[in-house]
Amino acid sequence: MHINGARAIIESFKKEGVELIFGYPGGAVLTLYDEIYKTKFPHILTRHEQGAVHAADGYARATGKVGVCIATSGPGATNLITGIATANIDSIPLVCITGQVATPFIGKDSFQEADVCGITSPITKHNYLVRHAKDLPRVLKEAFFIARTGRPGPVVIDVAKDAFAAKIDYVYPDKVKLRGYSGDYPCNEADIDKAVALLQKAQKPVIFAGGGIVSSSTYKSLRKLAASIDIPITSTLMGLGCADPDSSGFLGMAGMHGSYAANMAIMGCDLLLGIGVRFDDRVTGIVSQFAPHASIVHFDIDHAEINKNVNVNLSVVGDLQQSLPLFLQKLAPYTDSIKKNCQAWYKHVVKLKQEHPFSYKEDPEHILAQEAISKISTLAGHDTIVATDVGQHQMWAAQFFKIYTPRNFITSGGLGTMGYGLPAAMGAKLGAPAKTVLLFSGDGSIMMNCQEMATIADYNIDIKIIVIHNSVLGMVTQWQRMFYGKRYSHSLFKSKADIVKIAQAMGIKGYRLEKKDELETLLPKILHEQGPVLIDIIVPEVQDVLPMVPGGKRLDEMVMEGEA
Amino acid sequence: MKHALSVLVNNQPGVLLRVVSMFSRRAFNIDSLSVGITESPKYSRITIFFSGEVHIVDQMIKQLGKIPDVAAVQLHKPEDAVYRGMTLIKVKSSANNRLDILKIAELFRARVIDVQATTLIFEITGQDEKVLAFTRLLDPYGILEIIRTGQIALERGEQTITSNKKKNSFYGKNML
Repeated sequence: MHINGARAIIESFKKEGVELIFGYPGGAVLTLYDEIYKTKFPHILTRHEQGAVHAADGYARATGKVGVCIATSGPGATNLITGIATANIDSIPLVCITGQVATPFIGKDSFQEADVCGITSPITKHNYLVRHAKDLPRVLKEAFFIARTGRPGPVVIDVAKDAFAAKIDYVYPDKVKLRGYSGDYPCNEADIDKAVALLQKAQKPVIFAGGGIVSSSTYKSLRKLAASIDIPITSTLMGLGCADPDSSGFLGMAGMHGSYAANMAIMGCDLLLGIGVRFDDRVTGIVSQFAPHASIVHFDIDHAEINKNVNVNLSVVGDLQQSLPLFLQKLAPYTDSIKKNCQAWYKHVVKLKQEHPFSYKEDPEHILAQEAISKISTLAGHDTIVATDVGQHQMWAAQFFKIYTPRNFITSGGLGTMGYGLPAAMGAKLGAPAKTVLLFSGDGSIMMNCQEMATIADYNIDIKIIVIHNSVLGMVTQWQRMFYGKRYSHSLFKSKADIVKIAQAMGIKGYRLEKKDELETLLPKILHEQGPVLIDIIVPEVQDVLPMVPGGKRLDEMVMEGEA
Repeated sequence: MKHALSVLVNNQPGVLLRVVSMFSRRAFNIDSLSVGITESPKYSRITIFFSGEVHIVDQMIKQLGKIPDVAAVQLHKPEDAVYRGMTLIKVKSSANNRLDILKIAELFRARVIDVQATTLIFEITGQDEKVLAFTRLLDPYGILEIIRTGQIALERGEQTITSNKKKNSFYGKNML
């Protein structure tokens, strides 16, 4: 096939099974967009490059496939940065194609030139600058391979404008030949034997499950493991959905805003099985006092995560798809005896959970965010995708919305990117059209990418946008209230912006809920409407996300009651 | 403690940036870094000297290993490797003291590579201590400039960086 570089990219997308891409055109990618036009390749035009990259990320999280987005050179590419960093820290597979100025112009401070490889090096799994069209098939093949294998992550391909236009004889390689990367992560059987031995000796074990279980699709093994020996499970924010939220042994999320039972279980356990986690500072509390009485066993695909934040007693490095089934198999002869050893602990932890569930004080007059989220959780089906933005509403969604399967909770965990939710929800819906998609956002976050409402309206993407509207930057004010003497520096929105009208102006139906009884009367009807809808729920300004482990404190030093 | 690490990387533009930006991002401090060609045109070889606890060494090796363009990583033990770096020293001299200075240089096996009416340039290789002692002795004559290359390291015997399976066991990579 004698085609130009741009067409070679499209053909490579087809070979990689790409069904949909997100992007925004501009000078350096015009040739690529011309081929998208000619081939009618499915493409979603967002209103901002940041919307495109978050949408590709949401698509990837919902489907497990590689998300693809396109941006032009210079400002187009730099607008992707937040989205690339978001995907990188949460290990989400993306391939981002950026246009670069033509080869003779590189390095001349040309119009719309930016050093994309230089800028993205610290926030990508890998990146490429392609100057010659002949390299494109190999680079595309490698990029998809690197993005999706091992610990997934974003790969940027920066393509010089003339490489899009130059003609090549297109042959897509069958195999990837990389000298420093194989994508193959076998586990060491001897380590698993040691893990089995540790569990046999344990009396107070806890499973600490993370996003690695989502990306490796091993939640069934995890549930089997927990059920076979009655081990309590807690999870990170990224691991929500791995455990069955209705199972008695699931303690909820651990960490800064984790459940009482989860944090106490971590502090009291004698064996902690960390599976697909990276011991992030939001979850460990003061790191030297994390699980102080426990032997820690760390299952992870990434060797560099071992002993990075928390020193562990045993590491099982390798693909969870191999290590977890093998662990189960080797554990099978001992399940009854382990169960017996750990019975008292299991009962103790389950009791803690029953005595201290996530809770809030009801307000007789006002709708509370926690209440609205709980209500929506009961109204929604088990296979609903919930996307969030970042802040108080995100934590409340993690606490009060039951997530039944992985890939159904779409949130910026590591980077904490405000403005992530709306485009990510849009991408998730496009990736999983059969599922109901809800977005919980705040009146702060929603404004950070509200332009994407126009995209949602144009393509009639059926998501339900729930704005928890407290007229303040909730999480910021909570910290200012607790640690900065209530000096609310620049965190109160005295805004005249009408979010319902913004939605309507963009072509989305908008509703406002203010009265408590409207949760019963109006909300169910609105949620069942066809097509995209925005629901602006007015809640009080002063509410704290609780429990809370203040920075630098141990997990058992939770603040249980706030002023609100 | 001081450590020496050799890193075999694909000989492509941007690879050095990737390695260096990883150090900077993860707050690894390095003492010296040198990069050059190898026996194969496919690869460049980076030698890094740095100080740090065992924990840092471990993280550094693992994080380097994650970079797709890194083909092999080797941590050298001082007893199993040779280290070399070069120093150029420009010192003031006149007809009166030139012979004295040359005598000192001879003791340290430093080579004279440039002689001018009022200056000398020496080339000296070897361990830090030796270079330091040499510069101390030259100091009274008036050192005008000192420049040092980063040190490089090579394993003694038949062991090479490509026979080092460490990266293989870390990441299951088909190293080469």
